[in-house]
Amino acid sequence: MTLVPLIDAEHITMRFGGVTAVRDVNFTLQESELRCLIGPNGAGKSTFFKILTGQLHPTEGRVAFRGTDTTRAEPHEIARLGVGIKTQVPNVFDGLTVFENVLVAAQRKQTGPTARRTVSEVLERLRLTAIANRIVGQLAHGQRQWVEIATVLSQDPDLILLDEPAAGMNHDEVRRTAELIREINRTQAVIVVEHDMAFIRMIAKTVTVFSQGSVLVEGDVDTVLSDQRVRDVYLGRSAA
Amino acid sequence: MSPKSFQTASFIGVSAVGVAAMFLMPVLLDSFSLLQCTLFIAVAILAVSQAFLWGYVGILSFGQSAFFGLGGYAYAVGVINLGDSTGAIALSIIIPAAFAALLGYFMFYGRISDAYVGVITLTVTTILYALSNSTSGSQYRIGQAELGGFNGIPAIAPFNLPGQPDQWLDEAGTWYVSMGALLLVYILLRGLLATWFGRVIIAIRENETRAMLVGYDVRFYKLIAFAISGGIAGLGGCIYAAWGSFINPSVFALSMSAQAIVSVLVGGVGSLIGPILGAVLIQALINESGTQALIDPSLGLGIILVVFVVFVPQGLLPSISALARRLNPKRSTEQSAAGAALETTP
Repeated sequence: MTLVPLIDAEHITMRFGGVTAVRDVNFTLQESELRCLIGPNGAGKSTFFKILTGQLHPTEGRVAFRGTDTTRAEPHEIARLGVGIKTQVPNVFDGLTVFENVLVAAQRKQTGPTARRTVSEVLERLRLTAIANRIVGQLAHGQRQWVEIATVLSQDPDLILLDEPAAGMNHDEVRRTAELIREINRTQAVIVVEHDMAFIRMIAKTVTVFSQGSVLVEGDVDTVLSDQRVRDVYLGRSAA
Repeated sequence: MSPKSFQTASFIGVSAVGVAAMFLMPVLLDSFSLLQCTLFIAVAILAVSQAFLWGYVGILSFGQSAFFGLGGYAYAVGVINLGDSTGAIALSIIIPAAFAALLGYFMFYGRISDAYVGVITLTVTTILYALSNSTSGSQYRIGQAELGGFNGIPAIAPFNLPGQPDQWLDEAGTWYVSMGALLLVYILLRGLLATWFGRVIIAIRENETRAMLVGYDVRFYKLIAFAISGGIAGLGGCIYAAWGSFINPSVFALSMSAQAIVSVLVGGVGSLIGPILGAVLIQALINESGTQALIDPSLGLGIILVVFVVFVPQGLLPSISALARRLNPKRSTEQSAAGAALETTP
């Protein structure tokens, strides 16, 4: 019996007019896997996330989630299949309180008191209880990121995409984020896009490197980070 | 007092004042003034439909008069054909709501941007205005009701007791029905906004992308909200037609849509009660300006719009709330004006 991968993306290409943001990418993720995507700015990582979550439909190629074709699916349909995302720029309901932000997400799967209980649990887990009644638009960048992660966790998705979760966080917060990601990964698959190499080393097992819209190299963290091509890409030299 | 219990208290307070006004006005006012107040109710319901859509769903429709007019015509045609106002009132809600649902389907499922929603609603209103103007002649009739083109439909029967077409309501009866309708709309909308559905539409207003990413079909929720808003505006049109016993294409005019928008701006976007008061204020000013020849009413409306945009951009009610908060800083820290969001403003 062959195992159906959680995510199976084949020959994904995304063009915007004359610009090719993602070029013939093949990407597979197994159940409960933790994967890091790295690569310089403009390498196509966030575009690839948008394709996985249905915010963009690829020009060519096919994406499947547990064998279900999601290439042309709408974002809400993919979310309902069990995919949650924390985007690069905090994407929250700014005019609502922390509690309300998470409640809106939790109430999609649960009703009334159960949803409220879930919200309280998630806020407790992310140490947000003290600011539960604050308006999210008034919070600092780091806190708004945590609120977004809380909305994602409240739905208990099978796959969580985190786009630069450590960006703009202090050392202590980065460490907590790494702990949280490892904890989430005990039960859920996670894909993390990140620039911070120290952070990658804290969490990663398998790393996929994007460069100029394509997958440059993929493998375990030590091998990939010592790869000369990866160093070249990060230092801005030609990747050839 | 916690923000939540303050909201509950203000909701109960506003409803109580509404009920008191409903029963006291016929005692305190003469027939003519009561009729004036019934007109205020018609435009207030129109303003509420705009306030719900704009302030809570984030859709700025420039064509609420399309639904208002359709509601008025549906009532007129309905009551002429059925001979009883009960079914005609239902039609005046159902037909604009269905029309809004159809229009909303093309707009929201067609993924057009917010700016185009404004353009399309504006265009639809203009088309309906031109269309209704070109229906003169006896061949343009729905059942026994001649549409009458520019001259409209005269001698529309007023409301009657349900099932008793001969028992017409007098000015006081029409007032009770109208004010009762406004109260019911207000209470139902507040109730709706407090449910999970209300939370979702407010979340969509706050951040459409995030709402999609947590699994809500934004198009569907906007469509439902748009249809609800259309039905409410239609009810306003129904009261308008019954109030004047007359309807003509001017209900589809852009000035009617503009009046609804200005009422919401004056009362405050993100509130329901503010726009109701705004609508009454604006209509009273329009009535007053009709008695003089110095300033054209539309020009007056434009001046009010500019003054409010410049000096009271949040509108009357949110500005008064903000002032109250400043005077009583205790309950200001946790809910800001931005958090007019879920349920702060009544």
